[in-house]
Amino acid sequence: MGKTILEVKDLTTKYITRFREDVYAVDHVSLSLEEGKSLGIAGESGCGKSTLALSLMGYYFPPLHYVSGEIIIDGKNISKMDPDTIRKNILGKEIAYIPQAAMNALNPTQRIISFIEDVIHAHYPEMSRKEIYESARKRFEELNLSPAVLEKYPVELSGGMKQRTVIAISTILSPKVLIADEPSSALDVTSQKMVIRMLKNLMEKGYIKSMIFITHELPLLYNVTDDIMVMYAGQIVEKSTAKDMIFDPIHPYSKGLMGSIIVPEAGARNTKLTAIPGTPPNLKKPPAGCRFAERCKYAFNECKANAVGLKDFDEGRSYRCLIDSARLREVYKNEQQ
Amino acid sequence: MSSNKTHHGPVCLSGRGVTKVYGFGSRKTVAVDHVDFDFYEGEIVSIVGESGSGKTTLAKMLLGLTSVTEGQIYYQGKPRDIRTRKKKKEYWTNVQAIFQDPFSSFNVFSKIDTVLLDCINMRGGRHLPRDKKIELMTEACSFVNLKFEELTNKYPFELSGGQMQRLMIARIFLLKPKVLLADEPTSMIDACSRATILDMLMNLRKETGMTIIFITHDIGLAYYVSDSVYIMEQGKIVEYGSADEVILNPKTYNTKRLISDVPKIYEVWDLSTV
Repeated sequence: MGKTILEVKDLTTKYITRFREDVYAVDHVSLSLEEGKSLGIAGESGCGKSTLALSLMGYYFPPLHYVSGEIIIDGKNISKMDPDTIRKNILGKEIAYIPQAAMNALNPTQRIISFIEDVIHAHYPEMSRKEIYESARKRFEELNLSPAVLEKYPVELSGGMKQRTVIAISTILSPKVLIADEPSSALDVTSQKMVIRMLKNLMEKGYIKSMIFITHELPLLYNVTDDIMVMYAGQIVEKSTAKDMIFDPIHPYSKGLMGSIIVPEAGARNTKLTAIPGTPPNLKKPPAGCRFAERCKYAFNECKANAVGLKDFDEGRSYRCLIDSARLREVYKNEQQ
Repeated sequence: MSSNKTHHGPVCLSGRGVTKVYGFGSRKTVAVDHVDFDFYEGEIVSIVGESGSGKTTLAKMLLGLTSVTEGQIYYQGKPRDIRTRKKKKEYWTNVQAIFQDPFSSFNVFSKIDTVLLDCINMRGGRHLPRDKKIELMTEACSFVNLKFEELTNKYPFELSGGQMQRLMIARIFLLKPKVLLADEPTSMIDACSRATILDMLMNLRKETGMTIIFITHDIGLAYYVSDSVYIMEQGKIVEYGSADEVILNPKTYNTKRLISDVPKIYEVWDLSTV
């Protein structure tokens, strides 16, 4: 057991729409992340993955609002700090975030080095430009990026290169937690692999202590992260190690997600893809019972009536369903035959 | 599931020595370099390559959106002629496309009914009675698992990415072209909707017998949907053949690399070969 770096207890955040409606996009989420571990978050679009990532930083701006819960990074509770302190002392140093369209986040009129100067200067004003350049060059070389990139403008770089540059910039202060929100979704498979290798490299060399990786591609999560958490409609529906999640998913939703995997291996052509029917519920008026009940083929009357809590099974795994885990395994086994 | 056909239908779209050069002199870039291909009728063909390999340029040439620098494209056995506006329009009733970004494929000012009505009108249904038109639209929407009643009076931005991409397929279902070019139709939508879109493309082929040219960078998707596969690298076609042949027994280095780049489940993903 390593040291716990990030601990989240019952975090709830909401969006307030312009019609004054509350949308609870992150609903009582708890998680903990140990040193040297990585956590993957999977789910459909619109299930609250990206909102969770934004909420974890503790830096809220409208329409996103904090409701309740605690975020503890390395012993410090950041959930009740004021935004200015968070921006100065937490973001970049303790927790870093790579947004979804990171490669479009670079200002086209600045050279790459000036972004790095901005970041370092804000936290260490005493460093000279020469020192900053030297440290940036060293870091880029260690991450297999050419130092010539520092002198270039963003338009001169390819998409994959831009993405890797953004990762290098956001981890330049060696944060404890890195949140990568779909860092590879707009890239082709070859650049995607380079991005993944770079993230692994960062972990191995100790520049980042732990990582949260958000994506909807399950095969990717299996190869990158230690644990996987599946989210649905703002709630965690299943939590377990990557291997267990891929080979033995318990919640019907995780099972459905597994059914949409396509890999170029012999036999892949003859397996029928089982897409989940329907769409996620509207979070303005979430259903009273299990949120997945509408789309679940195993749902019965009781599912729609009462809210379902997260319950533990096996060792270190938990899921949110009324049906017993042994019973679900049996059902899946019968279906396969 | 897509079956591996041993006999082909007649050639629908083919090209000989097709080349596209951007710029000239010292700034010359050869995007597509003397490419030969034969796409048969009723076949799903995949063109696979990494970004910058010339897939999209080839697609644009096939659609007639950019000129061909050298070589000739043949449509149904005859050299393709799209020199006048009228002939171009006629060509486009037979060759249609689905693009990568569903959010920018629709006119933001027109409602969804208008989008579908235009397709009926284009296919010569302008004088059909109103009931018949609605029936056609409902049929198209139910083909892609959308409910027409829920879509009326809505604008495209009110739909999700997956719904928009499915609506795009409903459009194609109404238009019934001979050839459909799908340029990375699944790259902007999430993994769950991806399976639905791919299944719909396969149903479309089954129902209407059209030729589908599927452009992608993910060789896994290509293997799942297509009958034959073309691998592109730096503007050239380096390998082609039936899907099983190319993906289970890759011959060139490029194909092997494309396969190894896709994350695997049942074998270890080798990260060192980038």
